[in-house]
Amino acid sequence: MIKTEFENNILTAYLEGELDHDSACRIRQRIDCAARSLRPKTLCLNFEKVSFMDSSGVGLVMGRYRQMKLLGGSLKVTCVPDSIYRIFAMSGLEALGVLR
Amino acid sequence: MKTVNQMRLSFPSKSRNEAFARSAVSSFVTSLDPTLNELNDLKTAVSEAVTNCIVHGYRRQSGTIYIYASVKEDNTLTVKIRDKGVGIEDISKAMEPLFTTSPGEERAGLGFAVMQSFCDRVKVSSQVGRGTTVTLIKRIGANG
Repeated sequence: MIKTEFENNILTAYLEGELDHDSACRIRQRIDCAARSLRPKTLCLNFEKVSFMDSSGVGLVMGRYRQMKLLGGSLKVTCVPDSIYRIFAMSGLEALGVLR
Repeated sequence: MKTVNQMRLSFPSKSRNEAFARSAVSSFVTSLDPTLNELNDLKTAVSEAVTNCIVHGYRRQSGTIYIYASVKEDNTLTVKIRDKGVGIEDISKAMEPLFTTSPGEERAGLGFAVMQSFCDRVKVSSQVGRGTTVTLIKRIGANG
């Protein structure tokens, strides 16, 4: 599940529940659709309510990072729970400077 | 060492079954009194292995995924996740972090790296054209 909000040129997507290969496909479509029509300066992915994530979440973040570059904007990832942070740390995503 | 409990599952290779598979394995080990971290690690590793069967083993075609889990006297859990899909030509290459055969799908190429990091041991056996078996081994309650 996902809720989106658009304010001050920032599109925020609040992710919720379990993020795996199955749900990542649907979430990706929702976010990309909103980003293409709203053209935000920043896309913010809020992970506060994500209870489970496998490496599909890393794919989702990397894909949105590329997507926002193409649209001339940037990506931020916020409120990552500790249990999930470990996978992000493994992925090298920290080097992109989008986390927290 | 004696096996004290075991279970078998088989289900179609549909992505909506990823959540079912990891919850089922997690429920199976409940009686071992795992910590939340152990459960989370196990669910994540199972999720990666099952996703690999769907995306790579069966290449999104329909197939069956088989899980066999067993627990030994010392609380060591073994989970075998098997598909009868295309198999892996070069296992060491497939296990390299960031290597993926489906870049268009936004796969991060981290599946095996996550399994290895979240389990005590990971074994992969595969035969091209016959399928792949991933064995995850994790001691439950090792830290407590």
